[in-house]
Amino acid sequence: MADKLDAARMQEYWNKTSRLMWTIFALWLFFAFFIHLFAVQLNGVTILGFPLGFYMAAQGSLIAFVVLCVWNAIAQNKIDEEFGVQED
Amino acid sequence: MANSNAGGGFIGNLGKIYGGYAGGFIVFTLILAVLEQMGVPNKIIGYCFVILTIGVYAYIGILSRTMDLSEYYVAGRRVPALYNGMATGADWMSAASFISMAGGIYLGGYNALGYVLGWTGGYVLVGILLAPYLRKFGQFTVPDFLGARYEGNGARLCGVIVLFCASFTYIVAQCFGIGIITARFLGIPFEIAIFVGLLGILVCSMLGGMRAVTWTQVAQYIILIIAYLVPVVWLSTKKYGIPIPELTYGQALQQITLLEDKLGVVKHFTDAFTNAKGEFTWQEFNNFWALVLCLMIGTASLPHILMRYFTTPSVREARNSVAWSIFFIFLLYFTAPAYAAFAKLEVYQNVIGQPIAQLPAWVQNWSQVGGLLTIKDGNSDGILQLSEFVINQDIIVLSMPEIAGLPYVVSGLVAAGGLAAALSTADGLLLAIANALSHDVYYKMIDPKASTARRLIVARGLLVVVAIIAAAVAGTRPSGIIQMVAWAFSLAAAGLFAPLVLGIWWKRTTKIGAITGMMSGFAVCLFYLVMTRYAPVTFKEMFGTDLWFGIRNISSALFGLPVAFVVTYVVSLMTPEPSKEMQDFVDSIRVPRGVVAGT
Repeated sequence: MADKLDAARMQEYWNKTSRLMWTIFALWLFFAFFIHLFAVQLNGVTILGFPLGFYMAAQGSLIAFVVLCVWNAIAQNKIDEEFGVQED
Repeated sequence: MANSNAGGGFIGNLGKIYGGYAGGFIVFTLILAVLEQMGVPNKIIGYCFVILTIGVYAYIGILSRTMDLSEYYVAGRRVPALYNGMATGADWMSAASFISMAGGIYLGGYNALGYVLGWTGGYVLVGILLAPYLRKFGQFTVPDFLGARYEGNGARLCGVIVLFCASFTYIVAQCFGIGIITARFLGIPFEIAIFVGLLGILVCSMLGGMRAVTWTQVAQYIILIIAYLVPVVWLSTKKYGIPIPELTYGQALQQITLLEDKLGVVKHFTDAFTNAKGEFTWQEFNNFWALVLCLMIGTASLPHILMRYFTTPSVREARNSVAWSIFFIFLLYFTAPAYAAFAKLEVYQNVIGQPIAQLPAWVQNWSQVGGLLTIKDGNSDGILQLSEFVINQDIIVLSMPEIAGLPYVVSGLVAAGGLAAALSTADGLLLAIANALSHDVYYKMIDPKASTARRLIVARGLLVVVAIIAAAVAGTRPSGIIQMVAWAFSLAAAGLFAPLVLGIWWKRTTKIGAITGMMSGFAVCLFYLVMTRYAPVTFKEMFGTDLWFGIRNISSALFGLPVAFVVTYVVSLMTPEPSKEMQDFVDSIRVPRGVVAGT
């Protein structure tokens, strides 16, 4: 395996990486901002004593962030292996 | 691990070493609990916790001393993802997270959840935009990257300036927190306590640099997470019979709402975007978003965090390490609102409405620490009303075990945790500043021929000088912990985020574009912060308003960030495209395998 990708493969690798980045970025926007725009309305719903708007800001979005980071690590490692650019 | 040859054995046995250490700490806590029951005075227990934990950190710090540059700057790049995650957790969670955040939620309710969101979500950005690429680049500091990508010492120096302003503001807040804890638990004056704490910081970082800081931070993470969870889990079990506070505090929230109605509180704990009168306002709404954004972007810009990802063995490990970091951080952050809710419920149920003369000893003890707790019988009826009880957000976490009537050993434990949090962050920041000054300014710009020994002496000397100045500034009590920390985030976000992210993700970014962008963004942010904080009258004369769009200065980066991006973009397009070599360099850091071009 050559150590360097040719230009076309490099472009393809970077497109895939970028697509993953933008997907996670969009989900990040959703959990970091969008859902909390409706905190007042969500607070009308109560689950286990938690007003839902409060719950999302205190726990729900945080769980989503952890999942996004784990997902990114796994998916990007897979892309690296697909293109044979992972480290030895 | 006193010399680098023994490193393999040490790295191989990390699980055993830190497992044994955590077990030892739990046994130590239990012994103190027994001693307390046997009548050992509280003061002794507080001393034991503070002195023993600092002693352990000092021991690790001395064992990890090194004369090797790579060990000193990046811990030899041998830190496994899991442990780097823990170290990042401790590096990250400072006095603001540990001591003040739950207190902020206690006072601010929903609106303060902006801190919880803002201080976690940024890791997603670190993971997808920066950490793996900075690891591939692989030098010693964040300004190193700017200097390489933007060809020269101009960008490097700008990076150092932003790094210094942000990290110094941040470290002053940590010294302040360390001062509060040592003053309260050692019973010495605040101004002296700061310098006692300073010794604790220096002994960890001075001899071993990043290597010592890494292994003490892992130890500090273990203590701080145990200390944070114990009182909340205890209260959850005591009140609701289930040891999972994150599930049970929903019930506490409901009880709080009922009590709020009874006590006549108009600003409900769980209501979103309300002002002091309990009404929804657009200003609170806007400030919430501004703060969340600034804290998240700031996370992805703070050099002491980014440099932690220089220490992993590989790009892959750096990426995995981001996931571990946010997991370890998450454990504390999703517990903080429970901590706040339980504290609020305790105060409403067991403190308000009590005869003032019969209040327990903790009220006395805390009233003596610099006006952080005041009780005034306004209507002279001898009964404590809600409005007569004023508690500062910086002591709620520390005093909650006493308020809730838990044994004093829990208070000692929480103090040890708070100290671990403040010390670990202070160490990381101090190292970031001293390394930037010694490596980027002294070695790269002033004396590139300096010998290894000389570079390490300069690094250590600067470390001590910066630490002393920070402690002296903290002694003047410039502001609350959480405000100072939020300013640091804004300054870092406005100055560093655009050049770092664009440097990796947009090849067209030019040297001039990046330098003008980062300096203008940083200048706008600094201007807004300083003017609204220290010269509000002049600011009003200039702009005819107290605050731009009602945005408070803790979110100053809201104005700096767009300026940084727009200026970088426009100026980059106006200047000639970066050279072919530079584009190859960018390509080479985007791919994990292979060498970095041009180095």
